[in-house]
Amino acid sequence: MDLFEYQAKKLFAEHGVPVPTGKTATTPEEARAIATELGGKVVVKAQVKAGGRGKAGGVKVADGPDDAFAKATAILGMDIKGHTVHSVLVEEASNIAEEYYASFLLDRANRTFLAMASREGGMEIEEVAATNPEALARILIDPLTGVDAAKAREIAVAAKLPEAALDGATELLAKLWTVFVKSDATLVEVNPLILTGDGKVIALDGKVSLDENADFRHPENEAFVDVSAVDPLEQKAKEKGLNYVKLEGEVGIIGNGAGLVMSTLDVVTYAGEEFGGKRPANFLDIGGGASAEVMANGLSIILGDPSVKSVFVNIFGGITACDAVANGIIQALDIVGNVTTPLVVRLDGNNAEEGRRILAEANLPVVKPVDTMDGAAKLAAQLAAAAA
Amino acid sequence: MAIWLDENSRIVVQGITGSEGTKHTRRMLASGAKVVAGVNARKAGQKVDDVPVFGSVTDAIAQTGANVSVIFVPPRFTKDAAIEAVDAAIPLAVVITEGVPVHDTTEFFAYSKSKGTTRIIGPNCPGIASPGVSNAGIIPADITPGGRIGLVSKSGTLTYQMMYELREFGFSTCVGIGGDPVIGTTHIDALDAFQADPGTDAIVMIGEIGGDAEERAAAHIEAHVSKPVVGYVAGFTAPEGKTMGHAGAIVSGSSGTAQAKKEALEKAGVRVGKTPSETARLMADIMRSL
Repeated sequence: MDLFEYQAKKLFAEHGVPVPTGKTATTPEEARAIATELGGKVVVKAQVKAGGRGKAGGVKVADGPDDAFAKATAILGMDIKGHTVHSVLVEEASNIAEEYYASFLLDRANRTFLAMASREGGMEIEEVAATNPEALARILIDPLTGVDAAKAREIAVAAKLPEAALDGATELLAKLWTVFVKSDATLVEVNPLILTGDGKVIALDGKVSLDENADFRHPENEAFVDVSAVDPLEQKAKEKGLNYVKLEGEVGIIGNGAGLVMSTLDVVTYAGEEFGGKRPANFLDIGGGASAEVMANGLSIILGDPSVKSVFVNIFGGITACDAVANGIIQALDIVGNVTTPLVVRLDGNNAEEGRRILAEANLPVVKPVDTMDGAAKLAAQLAAAAA
Repeated sequence: MAIWLDENSRIVVQGITGSEGTKHTRRMLASGAKVVAGVNARKAGQKVDDVPVFGSVTDAIAQTGANVSVIFVPPRFTKDAAIEAVDAAIPLAVVITEGVPVHDTTEFFAYSKSKGTTRIIGPNCPGIASPGVSNAGIIPADITPGGRIGLVSKSGTLTYQMMYELREFGFSTCVGIGGDPVIGTTHIDALDAFQADPGTDAIVMIGEIGGDAEERAAAHIEAHVSKPVVGYVAGFTAPEGKTMGHAGAIVSGSSGTAQAKKEALEKAGVRVGKTPSETARLMADIMRSL
């Protein structure tokens, strides 16, 4: 889960990483009130989970409360790279002497953690990495020893930070590492990390990605969920314990196993090319069990999507036997009731023949059994096209 | 012949008294695998069917000669279980558990690396099976007989699909390495082992979106693998920024796309199928020509 800047800064502050004082506003009036409270110059920053906010006009300096009202009026409701601005962060303006970059992240390739830091901050770090790679220090972190003061200093020195910023940056980096570990983050990034006119080092911006697998030890993370961005079907699926991702097409997909479902999306897309570009409507992995109840939950979510014109149930019976899956499908149709959308079913693997026989005997008009994955994908795309 | 798991493998199940642990212990036993022990610190002295439960992996090894651990404990206890297995210096630990925090995996992987005595497979994987010989994990034992194809895959059900489609040839060993961002055994580790295994003639490699493991495997194949390799990558049509079931399966920006992986593999001389069935046909052609 990616956090908004204001959420990232809240985590930073909780672990002692210095950030500017500020609060979020969802209306211009609130922005004015916060600016009044802070006094002096403030910065009004769009809260969206997208880069390049400054360039898009989503970050503005305001002279005082009335100007903050005006700047918030301009920014709230803006569209930045497809994200609507619902709130702004109003912060005291900082006296920036220099801008740097710092982050800790999961390094998948090396299967460890990585620190990146640079004297060149405030711009896209990918650009620094591409145009001036020597300016970006990369230091592998041993997960067993982590980042202590000495390691933090090593990172700051490798980034060629100036003498004046070294002590402040060292302290900040050590605390930022604590944020990374304690919140089970896969990324904590500060860009820019600034040196102020009076010699302080603070995090002027913040980006954090959290590992959802660790949610069980972070009940507080629930407050970070952006309810406005959650798809209602995805929410419903989550409540049922199903792994569902809404996509843009017309062919509903149910399968068992993440890899097989991903593969099903591909096969349906290829098959759909013949039928005017029919595409998968979703990703749905019902996992190993594929019981009648799970199948019914999955079906009702998929059929709750009005763009779905046909459904492809793609099951490889590994641990679960296909006869159980076939019975599950029949019962699921009964539980959901009044299903008119055609269901193309491909059963393969453990007891596949028995499963196919059960489906054939049930002789349900909406169920279309097909023996192969490629053939079933084709029929599902064809039926979606015919229904359109 | 096989890699990492053979007729001398003696399996200890960590988490044997849990419902998944018990269920799959029975399945492994039914397939002929030698499950010799279970571990649960609070239930030492009990039995699950005929399998004795010990208080620690170290005890289990001392009493039964176990040399493979299969870990079924819940995510919040997985790190401790893996570290216990490493401390007992068991040569192979297979972590089946799904949903392990990546900080935990990164830590226990680093720990195993620092000790240098335990190979970890997983987490979030179906395990490893040498059909007809042994089975450590949840891969169904009866899909395919033994044979001379080696298989390494990030995905469970795609593994089963491929085993099924190529059952007329059979497999030496099938390794499910798991779909998490950090895993103990990589495609490259398995490719090297299959290359060195006299019982393996050709290799199927199944990847999916996310990370750059397939690209690195491609470079490795070009330099070090002379046996024929057929590849498949799932997730060509996955949208950017959406996690597709596996925690590691996400396209972020231009990195991790299936297309880039396919191109890298093809450049290394790997024949890449567009669908699982086409991939199986490519391998069948190779097996017939050998």
